Parts: sequence; C-alpha cells; structure tokens
Amino acid sequence: MMTALSAGSVPHLPRGVRLHHDRIRNTHVLLAPERAFDLDDIALEVLRLVDGQRSIREIAGALAARYDAEQDVIEADVIDMLNGLANRRIVGATPLEPDRKP
Amino acid sequence: MSDVLNAVPAPIGLLAELTHRCPLRCPYCSNPVELERRSAELDTATWCRILSEAAALGVLHVHLSGGEPTARSDIEAITAHCAMVGLYTNLITSGVGPALTKLGGLAAAGLDHVQLSVQAGDASTADSIAQLKGAHEQKLVFARRVVELDLPLTLNAVIHRGNIGSVSDLIALAVDLGAKRLEIAHTQYYGWAYVNRAALMPTRTEVDRSIAVVEEAREQLQGRLVIDLVVPDYYASYPKACAGGWGRRLMNVSPSGKVLPCHAAETIPNLTFWNVHDHSLAEIWAESPAFQAFRGTEWMQEPCRSCERRERDWGGCRCQALALTGDAASTDPACHLSPHHALIRNLARTDSASSSSTTVYRGFGALTEHVPAGEPV
Repeated sequence: MMTALSAGSVPHLPRGVRLHHDRIRNTHVLLAPERAFDLDDIALEVLRLVDGQRSIREIAGALAARYDAEQDVIEADVIDMLNGLANRRIVGATPLEPDRKP
Repeated sequence: MSDVLNAVPAPIGLLAELTHRCPLRCPYCSNPVELERRSAELDTATWCRILSEAAALGVLHVHLSGGEPTARSDIEAITAHCAMVGLYTNLITSGVGPALTKLGGLAAAGLDHVQLSVQAGDASTADSIAQLKGAHEQKLVFARRVVELDLPLTLNAVIHRGNIGSVSDLIALAVDLGAKRLEIAHTQYYGWAYVNRAALMPTRTEVDRSIAVVEEAREQLQGRLVIDLVVPDYYASYPKACAGGWGRRLMNVSPSGKVLPCHAAETIPNLTFWNVHDHSLAEIWAESPAFQAFRGTEWMQEPCRSCERRERDWGGCRCQALALTGDAASTDPACHLSPHHALIRNLARTDSASSSSTTVYRGFGALTEHVPAGEPV
C-alpha cells in the first residue's frame, strides 16, 4: 500500500521529525528516527512550509510565486519529494478533499 | 594538532550507555561480557556536561541506552538536557520495569523517539530468551502507551536460531502495535553472542527464508512500516562498515565514562580508552589512541589496503577480525577476499548444525553460570 499524496493533501512533520540547523556543518538537516537527511535549499524551503495547515497545492503556490515558476511543475516536484518521505513514514498527511482550492 | 582536528569529520551519533543494569538477560546482549557496576556509573552532572560537549562537537542523535536506561533515576533530567542543547534523543529500552511509569515524563521532557526491543513474536518464546516471565506482555503495554503519546515507535528484534521462524510474526506485531519502523537485526557475534554462538547460529536456509519474508513484507507494507534488515556477517560476502567506519561517525560512552569507537571495542587488547573524567569529548574524538588506532585507511593490510571498497566498508569490523583471525588489523573475515573467509563459513556451518542449547545468559559475573536455553522461566 503505497502512500499517494495529491495536491489536496495536507502534510505535516510528525513528532520525532524536525528541522535542525546544524551550526557545526553549516547546513540544515531533517532529523528523524535513526536518520538525518542533508537538505538542499529547495528541500528546506518546502519543509519550512509543511506545517499541518497548508495543502500541497498551497505550498506549491507559495513557492511558485516566490520563484516565479509554474505552479504545475512545482506541485509535481513537491508531491514527488513528500511522497518519498511519506513512504518512509517521515512525513504524515491528511488527505482532504482532492479538489479543495486554496 | 589543529590539522588533526580539521582532518577528522565530526561525529554524528553518540551511544550513551547510561547503565549496564537490565532486567533482561538476553544471551546476545551487545554490552561487554564484563559489565560495569552501578557504583562506577557517571553522575547526572557529568552526563549533562558530556551531552553539551557532544552537541557542540556536531553530534545530532543521542541514543540513550544501557542496559536499561530507565533504571537510572535521572533519565528524565538527562533527556530534558538533551532537548535543551538541541540533541535528537532516541530511547533504546526493554520496556520492562520502570520504563512504563517514566514514559510520560520522558515525553514531556522532549523525547524524540523510542526503540523497543522484542525477543520474539510470542510471549513464551520471548520470555524464555529474555529469561523474565511476563516481560513480553509488559512490552506490549509499553508499546501501546508510546503510540498513545504520539511518539514514533521502532521495534528492534535480534534474530537467531531460537526466533528466526518468528520473523513474519514480528512483522505482524509491529503493524498491530502501530510501529513506524522494525529492525530485523541478525545477531552480530561479539561479546555475549560470541560466547553463545553455537546456540544462536541459524542455518543458511533459515537465513535466506527470513530475508525473503522481509523483502516481501517491505513491498506489501510500503508507507505503513519501514523494515530495516541487518544481515548476518557469517553468511555475507562483504563486511559491514562497522559503526560507519572506526572513529568516523559514532562514539560510545560506557556507564563509567570510557569513550569507545564501538560498543565492543574493549575486546581488543592494548587499546587505550580515554575517560570523560580526564578529557573533553572533542579531545577524545580527535586524539585518543583508541580512536586513532583504526581510523582512516593507513592501518590497513592487504587485501583491504588496495581494495576499491576500502572507503565503503572501512575494512569491516575490527573486533570480528581479532576474534576470528587473532589480528585486529586484518581484513574482517566476513569479506570473501579475506584469506580467512573459509574459516567464518565453516564456523557458520558447524555452529548452525550444532545441537548446543547451552547458553550463557547475560548477567553480572554470569560466565560462571550455565542455564539451559528454552527452560521455562
């Protein structure tokens, strides 16, 4: 049973998963059970918007506006990234109505 | 000296063996065969100082372990201190004894994750392995409370001949309890497990079947349960990068404050381990003779020295090399390129065919005491 997020899903970082600024290595990491992920700038921007309130569509919309990029392209990339983390039980999500508009 | 400090990458993990006291007596325990006594344990202030130093050094994850870490009366204070200095805390617990009553306090102190040991899928096998009646049932109650508190739960099961048929039950148990992760960790034969190897070693067929069960479940349970598999060295073709490479990623602090490159490192004679009473963690990491002994690749012999995998597996396990070849600097015999590889294959074959059921259960001074395995407890 694959986790399949959609644009309407509302992702959150569950307890035991958190962003951490690693001052020693001057980088941001995502800390999770038995895992630490180095984050590039884009992954960090996405995860900073994951707050259990915004839908993926809203997250992609905020990023599209900030970087003057196409919403559809960003949305697909965000779904792809968060699906990967959800399959590893690092991101949780509430599947709201698939067509909920921001 | 500054060159040394610059050349050595900072550690990412610290295994804090808070105590060697434990209500369970598993015959494969990763603690040293010579357990440290309560009277030698570090006090709260010293642990807090070490943990602050660890955070400043670059450690991200702290594994609060033992023995049973909740046997310490200051476990909540130590956990809160970790949270304060930004360390990610992983409680490695048996879930037995005081663990359940302390869990709420630990969650409030900022605990990030719980790793609970389970010995088998059913109570009677599990309690017989742990040598404590009622232990498995206590673990189930503990696990449910972890999930109720919204803490992420990992189950860890060490696999050996006595429970290898139980892998699918363990997977079902993890799903039933709401665990996010399950570690199916085949026994690594150091310390207690080395002593008990003839009673613990499964056959090749059993190992292959258990791996197939895991692979099938991984596919079925994707997105529900993550299963990490640690395969057994004695049936492997390549060695593991022990602790991610000696002195590269991890440090282990013993209950009395000895700092080790891995939890079994004391089995290697003539290594000098520095103590937190005498040195800072940063000094120990960069300069202590034990951490320098097998760091990097300079110490390697052939076939490791010219091997293209030398910076992937870092020569494998030093303790295993010593135990099986008599030389801690030789290639881990788990590697098929080791001149001693036939030895490890033969040991696996002989031990797995052995009818030995005599197991030395973990305990203080337990090496003088032999208890038949599988006896009702």
